[in-house]
Amino acid sequence: MPNNDYIPIRSEIREIIRHTAHEWTFRMTWADALSVKPSQFFEISLPKYGESPISVSGIAPGLLDFTIRKIGHVTNELFNYKEGDTLYIRGPYGNGFDLERYKGKELVIVAGGTGVSPVRGVIEYFADHMDETCGIQVIAGFRDANEILFRTDFAKWRQVMDITMTLDTGEPTEEYGIGLVTKYIPDLKIHDPATAEAIIAGPPAMIKFAAKALAETGFPEEHMWVDESRRMCCGLGKCGHCRVNDTYICADGPVFNYTTVKQLSD
Amino acid sequence: MGFELSTGGVNAFLRELARTGRVVAPVRFEGGGAFTGTDCVRYAEVTDIENVVFDEKSRFSFRELLLPPSQTLFYFTEDSITEPTPETRDTIIFLRSCDLHAVKRLDEICRGGANPDYYYEQRRKNVKFVLMGCKKAFDSCFCVDMGTNISDNYDLSIEPDGDGWHLDCKNAEWEPLLRAQGGTETPVTPAHVTETKTRVSIPDDLDFSVAKSKLWDEYDKRCIACGRCNFSCPTCTCFSMQDLFYQDNPKTGERRRVLASCMVDGFSDMAGGVVYRKNHGARMRYKVLHKVYDFKKRSGFHMCVGCGRCDDVCPEYISFSHIVNRLGDAMKEVSEHAE
Repeated sequence: MPNNDYIPIRSEIREIIRHTAHEWTFRMTWADALSVKPSQFFEISLPKYGESPISVSGIAPGLLDFTIRKIGHVTNELFNYKEGDTLYIRGPYGNGFDLERYKGKELVIVAGGTGVSPVRGVIEYFADHMDETCGIQVIAGFRDANEILFRTDFAKWRQVMDITMTLDTGEPTEEYGIGLVTKYIPDLKIHDPATAEAIIAGPPAMIKFAAKALAETGFPEEHMWVDESRRMCCGLGKCGHCRVNDTYICADGPVFNYTTVKQLSD
Repeated sequence: MGFELSTGGVNAFLRELARTGRVVAPVRFEGGGAFTGTDCVRYAEVTDIENVVFDEKSRFSFRELLLPPSQTLFYFTEDSITEPTPETRDTIIFLRSCDLHAVKRLDEICRGGANPDYYYEQRRKNVKFVLMGCKKAFDSCFCVDMGTNISDNYDLSIEPDGDGWHLDCKNAEWEPLLRAQGGTETPVTPAHVTETKTRVSIPDDLDFSVAKSKLWDEYDKRCIACGRCNFSCPTCTCFSMQDLFYQDNPKTGERRRVLASCMVDGFSDMAGGVVYRKNHGARMRYKVLHKVYDFKKRSGFHMCVGCGRCDDVCPEYISFSHIVNRLGDAMKEVSEHAE
């Protein structure tokens, strides 16, 4: 008999980091955390409310971070939970980012809003292992100053890598500029676009235009990696909700090469 | 091994099977149809072969025996999670050749991939199949064109012949039972149809560019997104999770999975308001292409088995087979447009 993949496992909330009024990181216990890859996801399971697919935004021994926006039936309830409370999770699901691919290369990361969550593990890894990259540039966009996630992380990362932060609206400061992420893509300093890699995560429209702007700088589409999202009820490639053409986002992705993403037509 | 058996003999045989299992077959529910005075043929347990409906197609397929429309995955009780006790008896399913081919599709989806489905396997491993031979196709059937009109992977085949029954047994354990009921050996080849009134042809050059055809726009209005086509389909397997808690004790409840339909509102909705395929025509395209294009790209064979149930049940008289037959023109339309 196959394993019963639907049974969720108890996990304790160790810490809640409140980034904004409606975007919090829940630091949860998970025994085998170090085998989880950035952008893999878990079904966060609240008895009586249901399940919600959430990508991993941080990985530490015995702990996983889930950065969650309060936006639906399950997450509305989750925001009533306190540190020390337990809930259920099951996973990890999906392929996640393959860090090996980006080692020893130039890496560009373009992320918008909660799209920063799935790539945070990648940035975090290279921030700690700068000798394993040939240069890493991050462009992160948020709606306005109240929506900025991972402020302390960004301040820390800025010490070791090239970070550009931008807001859709507001007044520019030393920390961030104003404009969409695509505005900063032509300014990227890529020495060899033929070998560099890019990661794009964020809302569907941002992904599309960021990929286009990167392509215009000479970036090959084969080197762009996109974090996709759809409704994912099971995470196992069975429930069908996330299917696009012959692709199951949950099982085949959620990280895809951009040449594949371009073919996906909902 | 082929057998000839009387009705009494078949019933005695079914009673033997029922000692350790449940025998399930299409049964007529008088007055159970959608309209006053109409019947519904659907699956139920049987003890007598006379109650099995051979001369009409079942409205719903056998699929619900392997993937129930609503299935409890586990119970929550305060801090514990408990699985329901699984059915351990054999389930003996009467079905036609198209549906037996649908089993191959269900196996591909539920048993295949990196994560074989636990609850499907729980039921599937105890299932035996009895093929109901088809002497004649029903109006909406198109099994011949889908290549599903002949099956040989059954435990037993059965069809009426005069006052008695013709059976072909491939299950070695059942052969002595049939002999014991007075079955006389005779060569039997299960009946199968070689032509159907409804024909379909899937264009060889079909690809996703057909999504741009105007064909789909027509279904924006005609289709009312009720999902009947999905719910009657023997190869539709999509489901949603559903938590429910008991009114008398809100600390206990259960998680179920319930059948979902890609034609019904909400199928692709994500928290925060992102919705894919708002138009019913786009949903029709999504469904049709899965059945005759996308699934094959992944699995090597078509998902649709040509049972025609979706055509039978559509309240708007939309015909799936007709849409498939329009794909050729739709491909011409989009390729001309592209030039």
